[in-house]
Amino acid sequence: MSKVDLSVQVGSLKFRNPILLASGTVGYGNEISEFIDLTKIGGIVTKSLSLKPRKGNPPQRIVETPAGMLNAIGLQNVGVEEFLKEKIPFLKKFDVPLICNIAASTLEEYVECTRLLTSEEFIKGFEINVSCPNVKEGGLQFGNDPIAVGKITQKVKAVTNKPIIVKLSPNVSYISEFARVVKEEGGDAVSAINTLVGTSFNINTRKPKIFNVFGGLSGPAIKPIALAKVLEIKQKVDIPIFGVGGIMNWKDVVEFMIVGASAVQIGTLNFIDPTASGKMISDLENYCTENNIQKISELTGSFSLDN
Amino acid sequence: MFIYNAPLEKLIALDNNIFLTKVHCPEIASVIQPGQFLNVKVSETNYPLLRRPFSICDVEDDSLFLMFNILGEGTKLLAKKHIGDTIDILGPLGTGFNLGGNYETAVIVAGGLGAAPFPYLVRKLDDSKNIKCFVGGRSSHDVIQYGMKNILVSTDDGSLGFNGTVVALLKENLKSIISFKPKIFACGPNAMLRALKEFTVKNDIECEASTECAMACGFGICQGCPIEAVNHPERYYLVCKDGPVFNIRDVVI
Repeated sequence: MSKVDLSVQVGSLKFRNPILLASGTVGYGNEISEFIDLTKIGGIVTKSLSLKPRKGNPPQRIVETPAGMLNAIGLQNVGVEEFLKEKIPFLKKFDVPLICNIAASTLEEYVECTRLLTSEEFIKGFEINVSCPNVKEGGLQFGNDPIAVGKITQKVKAVTNKPIIVKLSPNVSYISEFARVVKEEGGDAVSAINTLVGTSFNINTRKPKIFNVFGGLSGPAIKPIALAKVLEIKQKVDIPIFGVGGIMNWKDVVEFMIVGASAVQIGTLNFIDPTASGKMISDLENYCTENNIQKISELTGSFSLDN
Repeated sequence: MFIYNAPLEKLIALDNNIFLTKVHCPEIASVIQPGQFLNVKVSETNYPLLRRPFSICDVEDDSLFLMFNILGEGTKLLAKKHIGDTIDILGPLGTGFNLGGNYETAVIVAGGLGAAPFPYLVRKLDDSKNIKCFVGGRSSHDVIQYGMKNILVSTDDGSLGFNGTVVALLKENLKSIISFKPKIFACGPNAMLRALKEFTVKNDIECEASTECAMACGFGICQGCPIEAVNHPERYYLVCKDGPVFNIRDVVI
């Protein structure tokens, strides 16, 4: 029996397997490295970086919901400068593709962050966060506007030779319209999906449970929505997709690939079982062996809509 | 820190909805310090989804004790576990109490379920320091004296001990507390900690407090549990990593 080829290619980015760790769920890699061997996973997407450090939102930032959680962290991060000085050296110890997620309040800030980071060789690509629901400026304000998404894609593309992935918001009617704009403006891939806007109230105080009132819903509760969005993009636009949203096990990974994802990102699961991403890899290999799949990339978009 | 499947050895019902769970976990038992915590997955399904943080209540040989009351779905499930069931525990987590220092008496101040971390602290101090415990609750039903010694009790409704808050009880005893050469170790609701901060700063008494915040991961990756830092307002501490125990002067409660 020949060994299964788990490697995948997303645009020009190559990964040893399709399992990446999603932005905002592994910080800058140091804590999670105590639980899993980072050299075994496909890749890491950093916590969103902004030009200057951001303090983030006051507590309470998190509330659990049925099969999910709402978060409103508010893009707390160390900023580009400290990331390059303090965080990158640790990540460099690992042979793992690193994608930097960038969040900004203005078009200029997206461009400047990308420009400053692009000279760092260890960074293999950028994921542009145009869809954070938890900050006052930027975030969804961009993510809901195809013209803004197109402009950001075009401008960041102009300052880097590295692949640009745009992380799309599910809080829109037709996500494929945004994926189309990304493709037209030279973007290399999209990540689908970011969190869904949600809220939760205390019935005794009648106050919101999280300080920011609205938060981003993640976890298994959103998986069917994420799958539908990936499928919609796959059917309408020829652009590689990172499938993100509520993946809890290897079967979810397969499902995302079948509907169109070239690779996936594991998010909320890292909070619950930080070892899980590592364990999925051998399960995926077994699935491929049992189903006579030589290259896991054959799964991407292999859905059948026949009755 | 790591994840362990720890077999349940005993479930002890104390008074009034308070339970003690004893689990076998030598890896954590040999290293955990008072004030550190564990993040526990109470079900194997996605409901409830997140782990629940519990203070380490006590350690006996290779076993850990967790204290909890039944508040929601998670703790309800935990109370239904049987002897021999395994419990998925991530730990040890966080920064615990610093038992060292130039003091003669450890003054423990606990409000309600804030009593949870102190049986282990009392055990660890052994006879190296004097111990005085001030334990408060809303009413007699909420006062948890398990594992403590030399206890003075307060209740908000006067149903047991001193009639008033536990910090009011401290104020009543200020003179003798000062004469103990004290260091205060505290855990309880935020209202209690706020009053305690004012009391300890005013009277120049060293105080470490275990704080609480909703969190997901418990080890720093979700960034869900910020607490305002006094000395660097531009950045939050994380309760899970930098705490949960802080010098009470260093944080805004």
